[in-house]
Amino acid sequence: MSVKVLIPTPLRNYTEQKGEVVVEGHTVGEVLIQLTSLHPSLKPHLYAENGRLRSFVNIYVNDEDIRHLLKEETALSEKDILSIVPAIAGGCHVSF
Amino acid sequence: MSLSDLTQEEFQRYSRHLMLPEVGVEGQKKLKSSSVLIVGAGGLGSPLAMYLSAAGVGRIGIVDFDRVDYSNLQRQLLHDTSDVGQLKLESARRRIFGINPNVKVECHETRLTSQNAYEILKHYDVIADGTDNFPTRYLVNDACVLLKKPNVYGSIFRFEGQVSLFYAGKGPCYRCLYPEPPPPGLVPSCAEGGVLGVLPGIIGTLQANETIKLLLGIGEPLIGRLILFDALKMEFRELRLRKDPQCIICCDQPKMTQLIDYEAFCGIQKKETSGGESEMEITPVELKKRLDNGEEIFILDVREPHEYQIVHIGGHLIPLKELPHRISELDPNREIVCHCHHGGRSARAVAFLKEQGFKRVRNLTGGIHEWAEKIDSSLPKY
Ligand SMILES: [Zn+2]
Repeated sequence: MSVKVLIPTPLRNYTEQKGEVVVEGHTVGEVLIQLTSLHPSLKPHLYAENGRLRSFVNIYVNDEDIRHLLKEETALSEKDILSIVPAIAGGCHVSF
Repeated sequence: MSLSDLTQEEFQRYSRHLMLPEVGVEGQKKLKSSSVLIVGAGGLGSPLAMYLSAAGVGRIGIVDFDRVDYSNLQRQLLHDTSDVGQLKLESARRRIFGINPNVKVECHETRLTSQNAYEILKHYDVIADGTDNFPTRYLVNDACVLLKKPNVYGSIFRFEGQVSLFYAGKGPCYRCLYPEPPPPGLVPSCAEGGVLGVLPGIIGTLQANETIKLLLGIGEPLIGRLILFDALKMEFRELRLRKDPQCIICCDQPKMTQLIDYEAFCGIQKKETSGGESEMEITPVELKKRLDNGEEIFILDVREPHEYQIVHIGGHLIPLKELPHRISELDPNREIVCHCHHGGRSARAVAFLKEQGFKRVRNLTGGIHEWAEKIDSSLPKY
């Protein structure tokens, strides 16, 4: 089953500037593994070294955060849309 | 006449509000007797300050310590070209007075810190977050949760924005959304970022809208909802936010009950007071001195090609994300000074090269921006 994943601007550098990627999978975890194998440089931005999803990147199925569903086990159905929503801080001046 | 009563001039000024049954005289008096603190007089703070003052919010506080720079003028409409070099607070005060002299403006010329946050925030009804960095975002969130204040949140990046209303008594807080910040450098920062000038105008105006609704007690507040705006697609999306039952600060039995060191929490090393010289860093002044002495130092520029086109100091260009593949272009035995725009990406490059066994590699403090400021004022700043 193919699922649409929406890529936010900060991460489009790692998806050849694509804002949408269609990948195969029946659960959120499967889709993300497929996505990061298509775009390997995306992986460190989604997953920490311990293999867990990073705490400053949220994954939504439609309008619901997967942390409030079954996380990566969350089952997907046709027409579900996955969104990656990273924390962004603000303008272009970062004070460090 | 009580303090919140409207004058003849105010009846005229606010007539389009007074005609709205949802606002009316009562609502306008509410606005007049209310107060909002705007953190940051920049891109988001500009429309916030301008619309809130025009709407008749009685007292507006602004926290900022920065001065106006040419690169601000593309989006920070509080400041004029003639304000470059002046304190942002001064131009903000002037602009607000010009829009509505009835507003009492309180300027807090300081960086918001764990030490002063309670003292500043506690005097305001609503806090509007217009900051541009993670430490201050977490500080504003935590202080608002602990003081039980609503936090009107807006954030921007390139062509995308986020808006929400964090109000821990009634819904989730920022930490329910993002328990921890990204480590510095992982999220594109200094100049890889950039922002469409009109974007903070849109997002800051949405924040102003939520603030006014909240003060008036009308409509449906943006509690528990996150709005994502994509300027390129021209698309708004709404995501559901829920309170995290394990949230470290806003759950029933919070583990966190006071403010912390936010720079450390966000993984940011404090700048050394001794001018920034260290094993990892070299200042522009020191680098210039050594280059003038004829020392052979290899300059590595890790910015993007389009930034190199704007200005460069003759460094060898390898954008940060290409560094792992192009490391063979570098000689591990040579002394290397690495720079980017402000020093964020190059710090990451230095850490990476050290891991790869490069011993003599240092980061140029403050990047090419500081070089242009301290060494060569003929270079364009961006
Ligand atoms: Zn929370």
